[in-house]
Amino acid sequence: MAKIWLIARRELSAYFTTWMGYIILFAALLIEGLLFNAFAIGDAPKFSSDVLKDFFYYSSGIGMVAAVLLSIRLLAEEKQSGTIVLFYTSPISERQLVLGKFLSAWLMYAILQILSIYLPSLIFLEGKVSLGHLFSGYLGLLLLGAGVISISLFASVIAPNQLMAGVLAAAITVIFLLLWLVSYKVDTPFREVFMYMSIHNERFRPFSVGVLHIKDCVYYLSLSWFFIEASIKSLETRRLQG
Amino acid sequence: MIEVRSISKFYANKKAVDTLSFEIHEGEIVGLLGLNGAGKSTILKMLGCFLVPSQGDARIGGHSVLENPNAVRKMIGYLPDTPPLYNEMKTRHYLDFVAHLKNVPHDKVKEFVAIAMQKTQLGEVADARLSELSHGFRQRVGIAQALVHQPRVLILDEPINGLDPIQIVEMRDLVLSLKGQHTVILSSHILSEITKTCDRILVLDRGRLVAEGTESQLRGGASRGLEVMLEIEKPTSGMIEAIQNLSGVESIREGRRNQQPVQLLIQCSTDLRPEIARIAVESGAAVLSLGKKEAELETLFLKLVKGEGEGRTHG
Repeated sequence: MAKIWLIARRELSAYFTTWMGYIILFAALLIEGLLFNAFAIGDAPKFSSDVLKDFFYYSSGIGMVAAVLLSIRLLAEEKQSGTIVLFYTSPISERQLVLGKFLSAWLMYAILQILSIYLPSLIFLEGKVSLGHLFSGYLGLLLLGAGVISISLFASVIAPNQLMAGVLAAAITVIFLLLWLVSYKVDTPFREVFMYMSIHNERFRPFSVGVLHIKDCVYYLSLSWFFIEASIKSLETRRLQG
Repeated sequence: MIEVRSISKFYANKKAVDTLSFEIHEGEIVGLLGLNGAGKSTILKMLGCFLVPSQGDARIGGHSVLENPNAVRKMIGYLPDTPPLYNEMKTRHYLDFVAHLKNVPHDKVKEFVAIAMQKTQLGEVADARLSELSHGFRQRVGIAQALVHQPRVLILDEPINGLDPIQIVEMRDLVLSLKGQHTVILSSHILSEITKTCDRILVLDRGRLVAEGTESQLRGGASRGLEVMLEIEKPTSGMIEAIQNLSGVESIREGRRNQQPVQLLIQCSTDLRPEIARIAVESGAAVLSLGKKEAELETLFLKLVKGEGEGRTHG
């Protein structure tokens, strides 16, 4: 665990010393604020719970983009600059390396979500929402973020550079996003399979309205686990092949 | 300390290292010499557990790179051809991070980092960002990260790559200062440099070991016989024929064509200088100098590599 935290800590400090972290946080919060004012609050009267639901909907989209941007550099940059040698020749495992990288991006993503709390807090000024709804929405955002970060981390492992990692991560994420649409075009049992695998529409919506299903949590955790394991195996294979 | 047994590495269908075996004893500084693509870096990567061998095995301090890579990693310090530096970090923080990564006990990290910085003379750039360092200093930080955990074995891939002449001398002194404290294996394609730093040289060509030994052993092994240089004002009649007729003389050629004084280069199977001197004096030639011509290092290297290549072609 100490090694995982060591790697995560170094990555976190790199986000801020290279300004990349500040830029992603600033851009994401700016766009979230604009969307919150323009669409979540809007002009027409709304229930507070609907404002909060819309806030989580827009936040999930921006969060997914931020998750991709935060993660694509994680291993692609190490490969490009040659610093990955440091890990391969040190007494740490591929698992510790991947988990450390994942943790750093996820913590950075969590910082983004924490900084966005002021937006739903504004609802309390003129409305009323339950803390449970707030908790559920943020839990959903954190789980969705973990899923997208693990996908992007995997892309970062297999792609030769950051640009390719970004394209690959976006492509895989969009495929997972669109699976619910595909599910309407196919028959059983593929319909249920695609519906189950869909990363956003059917999975995130319950969180955004304040409903917490264990099955949705399990889905996001298993998705993250799958891509983290795939990243570990890819790194091990890379060392074998050279 | 290092035992390499029939190790091979394939990249797709290409054999980068071909059933290579050698040993390195504790405290030795050994150089891997070869042209680009000879397999030097691949061997070092396998010893550093960065690559897994396709065949064979290597042991460092008794631990196999295949069976127990983490035990090997604890014993080695590795400098790749490009130092693995995080540009946004400061020198001291970077070495601190590497020390933790390499299992240095928490309470010893400061002390170990200070020792590594002192050995590599990094004091003046301790708080500078790595992106701001010159190439020479970056190479020094690369060596510092390799030895920060005080490993028994140091693996240095082209440590003088891209350095200017002053930095090369400094790097040579640095590597020599590590002698006795660490077993060092380093690679280079610069023959003159490797002979100044290493106790022993392993010459590689296309992934195979073509020669092994000290510089003088390699010179002896590569040169079939020796070349004697005779400098005279003007050859007298019959002198060249008399030398040519000496048993053991293989060939005679003129060093500088149509120039005075005349320089004769005589290829002999044994040292025939006394006989050549006698013939020259007896024939009445004015002898200006007589000596053994040392083979140029580059020529020696090419002979070793070419000789192996020819052998393989005919074999």
